[in-house]
Amino acid sequence: MMKEGMMDENESSELTEDEKRLFADLMPEDLSEILDTGVNRRHFLKLMTLAGGGILAAQSAVAEQLMTRPFNEAAPADYALESIENGVNVSFKVNGTARKLTVDSRMTLLDTLRERLDLTGSKKGCDHGQCGACTVIINGHRVLSCLTLAASCEGKTVQTIEGLAQGNSLHPVQEAFLKHDGFQCGFCTPGQICSAVAMLDEAKKGHLSYVSETVRQPAGPAKLSNEEIRERMSGNICRCGAYPNIVAAIQEVHSGKPVEQVFRSV
Amino acid sequence: MRPFTYSRATDPSSAIKMLAQNPTAKFLAGGTNLLDLMKEDVERPGALIDISELGLTDIKPLTTGTNQGGISLGGLSKNTETANHPLVRQNYPLLTQAILAGASGQLRNMATNGGNLLQRTRCPYFYEVAMPCNKREPGTGCGAREGINRMHAIFGWSEQCVAVYPSDMAVALAALDAVVKVRNASGQERSIPLGDFHRLPGDKPEQDTNLPHGELITAIELPKNRFADKSYYLKVRDRASYAFALVSVAAALEMDGASNRIKAVRIAMGGVAHKPWRALKAEQLLVGKEATEANFKLAATAEMAEAKPLAHNAFKVELGNRSIVLALQMAMNGGKA
Ligand SMILES: Cc1cc2nc3c(=O)[nH]c(=O)nc-3n(C[C@H](O)[C@H](O)[C@H](O)COP(=O)(O)OP(=O)(O)OC[C@H]3O[C@@H](n4cnc5c(N)ncnc54)[C@H](O)[C@@H]3O)c2cc1C
Ligand code: SF4
Ligand code: FES
Ligand code: FES
Repeated sequence: MMKEGMMDENESSELTEDEKRLFADLMPEDLSEILDTGVNRRHFLKLMTLAGGGILAAQSAVAEQLMTRPFNEAAPADYALESIENGVNVSFKVNGTARKLTVDSRMTLLDTLRERLDLTGSKKGCDHGQCGACTVIINGHRVLSCLTLAASCEGKTVQTIEGLAQGNSLHPVQEAFLKHDGFQCGFCTPGQICSAVAMLDEAKKGHLSYVSETVRQPAGPAKLSNEEIRERMSGNICRCGAYPNIVAAIQEVHSGKPVEQVFRSV
Repeated sequence: MRPFTYSRATDPSSAIKMLAQNPTAKFLAGGTNLLDLMKEDVERPGALIDISELGLTDIKPLTTGTNQGGISLGGLSKNTETANHPLVRQNYPLLTQAILAGASGQLRNMATNGGNLLQRTRCPYFYEVAMPCNKREPGTGCGAREGINRMHAIFGWSEQCVAVYPSDMAVALAALDAVVKVRNASGQERSIPLGDFHRLPGDKPEQDTNLPHGELITAIELPKNRFADKSYYLKVRDRASYAFALVSVAAALEMDGASNRIKAVRIAMGGVAHKPWRALKAEQLLVGKEATEANFKLAATAEMAEAKPLAHNAFKVELGNRSIVLALQMAMNGGKA
């Protein structure tokens, strides 16, 4: 339950029997979980005012976000570990720091980073692997945190946008995005930058892309044309269309030579 | 997402046993298809068995067995590792191209070879639980049959299901005579030729493949490739990258000595059927013929004459026709070899 002081005096923290029944009708699967995690009346009323079909989705999201909590932290009564459904213990490293959590088996890495570890740089765009906004680097490889279960990260090393700068000095890709205005609203930017950092490593290792000129030549560091950069970055969608600037920024880091700023040359 | 138990398997045999014991359990490999479908409430496993740390990631030459001289690709190797492996690049450039034509860099870093083979259709009615779909819920009808079916099949569909199978990798594997190695709960290994792995929908569209519950894909084997010099994967889609195929063609040719005569040819198509579609008719017409544009066109036209388009996808017939010709021409030119 929430702290008493946070509630209106005349508001009871418990749901009435009618309210429980309403919950049971709407979302039988989630009822016990919701009650166990201590949804109070205020929360309940807020949920009930959400319109139409969205309510189920909204509630599951809320429930899932409630469901990840620290493994070793002294949890408030309503966050007792027993109330976590199918809890899984995971120890992993995030931006150099060891983390230990117990998470609901359903929790994605993206929600864990954002809701449990307060690392809100990684963004939830589509939540279905289609936009790249949630891109993080696991064990050196760029992956989508929205399609990764936190439970599967045992023993792994996760790097997010928050972990790229060294103290006050930005990562070269971050610098280049600033110089080239590689964004407008900035929503896709953390994903773009994490993706670019790992993509440049892939190119150094000689990885190919669908637009590479030849396949059979032995692997060596790949020299990327702008077309190659576009293809290799196609998993990161930018709704603001900052693509020319993004490509220029990445090309500058890749080639090691200054690239003319696109917005100046037009 | 519905609740499920999560466990990490540490070796193949215990993973298979865990799956075989529980009819609602599923293997979790890269998760890029399964988790997406669980979020949509299309897949509802009661248990996930994480197989991503089992091993089975070797990519190695085959020195014995029926595919001696060929290669074995681990069932759990990532798509990125597979596409970029020197043995694959050098000897199976068609496979490299096909894998790289699919999804995005991030997804290929997560996706495994076994999971890729078992990815499910992208039919939008299948993804939307409010819609009828025989594949998702047998007996509810097929939303796409009389609905919006621009992306759907032109070959081998049934009144029960007109969906297409989305994998690019599998189209190249079909052209390369791949064999899928699977293991069951009693530890027995079986080989399933790729052509028999996926199935046409018939009156059981809920069944994508001939792999029974409880079996694990351990590897994919490829015989020695005689097509390495002349092959090409052509993918046609609505945008330049990061989209599923409208039509794709894996073309591979072996010439008779130094002549322009075709000794052997493989043509497989994606985006047109419930499984990778071998263009057998076109292949038959080309064997022993000169590799000319006129012959390519004859073969392509004969193959596509068998197509049965739906209300919104008649364009795939002409697109398929031209794609076959272009892919064969690119293969002849040693496209990207
Ligand atoms: C936005 C997006 C775009 C995409 N675009 C393309 C594209 O253009 N072309 C393309 O080909 N693909 C595309 N994909 C699909 C992607 O290639 C597949 O999702 C991926 O290959 C699946 O592999 P996985 O390891 O993640 O499988 P999972 O999601 O882990 O598993 C898929 C299924 O296979 C089963 N399974 C996994 N491994 C085994 C095994 N070894 N033995 C037995 N069963 C197993 C699982 O139980 C599950 O049922 C796209 C995906 C997304 C999200
Ligand atoms: S085409 Fe197949 S997958 Fe699509 S709605 Fe019809 S039955 Fe379902
Ligand atoms: S939020 Fe993960 S890809 Fe869009
Ligand atoms: S900067 Fe707005 S989405 Fe890319």
